[in-house]
Amino acid sequence: MGEPHTLPALEVRDLGLQIGGARILEGVSLAVGQGEMLGVIGPNGAGKTTLFNLVSGIHRPTSGSVLLEGVDVTTTSVAARARAGLGRTFQTSSLFPRLSVRENVRLAAQGRLGGALYVLRFPRRGDAATREADRHLETVGLTRRADVAAGDLSHGDKRKLEIAVLLATEPRVVLLDEPMAGVSSADVPGLVEVIRDLHATGCTVLMVEHHMDVVLGLVDRVAVMHHGELLACDTPDAVMADPTVQSAYLGVTAGEAA
Amino acid sequence: MSTIVLLLVTGLGLGALYFLVASGLSLIYGLMGVLNFAHGSFLTLGAFGGWFVARSLGADSWGVFALSLVAGAVVGAGAAALTEVLLIRPLYERHIEQVLVTVGLSLASVALFEGMWGSDPEFISGPTWLKGTTDLAGAPVPNDRFVAIAAAALVLGAIVLFLKRTRYGLIIRAGVENRSMVTALGIDVRKAFTLVFAVGGAAAGLGGVLASQYFGYVSPHLGGSLLIFAFIVTVIGGLGSLTGAAVASVLVAVLQQFANYYLGYGDLIVVLLLALVLLVRPTGLLGRAAA
Repeated sequence: MGEPHTLPALEVRDLGLQIGGARILEGVSLAVGQGEMLGVIGPNGAGKTTLFNLVSGIHRPTSGSVLLEGVDVTTTSVAARARAGLGRTFQTSSLFPRLSVRENVRLAAQGRLGGALYVLRFPRRGDAATREADRHLETVGLTRRADVAAGDLSHGDKRKLEIAVLLATEPRVVLLDEPMAGVSSADVPGLVEVIRDLHATGCTVLMVEHHMDVVLGLVDRVAVMHHGELLACDTPDAVMADPTVQSAYLGVTAGEAA
Repeated sequence: MSTIVLLLVTGLGLGALYFLVASGLSLIYGLMGVLNFAHGSFLTLGAFGGWFVARSLGADSWGVFALSLVAGAVVGAGAAALTEVLLIRPLYERHIEQVLVTVGLSLASVALFEGMWGSDPEFISGPTWLKGTTDLAGAPVPNDRFVAIAAAALVLGAIVLFLKRTRYGLIIRAGVENRSMVTALGIDVRKAFTLVFAVGGAAAGLGGVLASQYFGYVSPHLGGSLLIFAFIVTVIGGLGSLTGAAVASVLVAVLQQFANYYLGYGDLIVVLLLALVLLVRPTGLLGRAAA
């Protein structure tokens, strides 16, 4: 046994994915420290979501390995990784639109609290999972909407609910896939605050996000992906100054914007 | 007037039987994406289970009848849970193979039942009141229809309570919407699969005992003949929707009874209704578009 706290919260080593003859991801190595917030940027198709899918276990890599707090989880299931403390949101909403807001969070708390053997125990309003759900709803400011169907929430509120769901799983490492996607600009500051709060609970955060100002203002380090490879990974300032990044990625977006 | 009342209540009774089969089909499909062709076998087993209890303890007492209903539900639930654990689970996420296994099981089980009990219907008896009729607005309605309707209503209520109020109910409702997300929350959804099979099997087994009262016999083919209409009901109601299954059960069975009486083409009318629903509203009355 080494010293657990010196281990990176999440590490990927030489990670690669080939589908047919196509290289979707190649040779990505990255270590994220405990409590760090890392942004993942890159043009569409650069492999950001693929990286998240490999880390969370939705896809199996064709090469390399994924380590969660030093433990190799490369071949374990999505559910096993979730129980080991890995939480994620999806680019498409990861909520259950027909369940109520409270039920969405309750389900996540239930997954973590277990007790699944009590098939017929009726959850009362005040049982542990519901209490926890209500606490997390208060944290993200959705208490008043608790009994609404999740599908009826605004985009911004849906994102907040996703984070409440994440909080209920008490993750140590969180993957946020474009948390600002589809969120109105008025809702962005509130959501940034919620992400800050999430990070402040001590968990490690990885975030794919296209809003550069949001990413650069929030994260400790930025990983830049391009054509399935990791181009650079450094502090926001250093990355912005990196000439390879400028020509490969930032140059491209500047060109697109013009 | 009395004919209409008779057709209506008889239709409701038949609809109750359809619902007892269709509720399980719909839940299983909604959660697991498997059309369970073996569901009729659970019903047949339940019917024989109830028949054995009634035969060995004396068929004419109400206590024994209640016991035979319990036996049917328990046998159905057990058979369904075993099927899930032994045949469906090893084929996890391989839907075509899972469906094929249930088709094979339904064919094999009917042959097995015929070998054990013969292919001829075995006529049954029950409490005397069940065989009688009750006068309803001038119509002599067979009493077993009332029992079937009451049982189906109770089962509907119990399943709804189970889904809305229990932790597993929440997992099942969430799984119907997005199974992979439930897994991402760290919940092992496979236990819910077994449970849904058991609940569906219990309803089918109960339906088996009631169907044997409705038709007056048990036979290895009891399940198969009801299963076809239960499938139609499930598709019309919307795959995965319990309320849809309930509404469609009543609609199909009542329409069938009326068409049978006035036109003589009840089964054909039902198939035409199925075609119509599939053309106009392919997701069924209360179904959602496939994700």
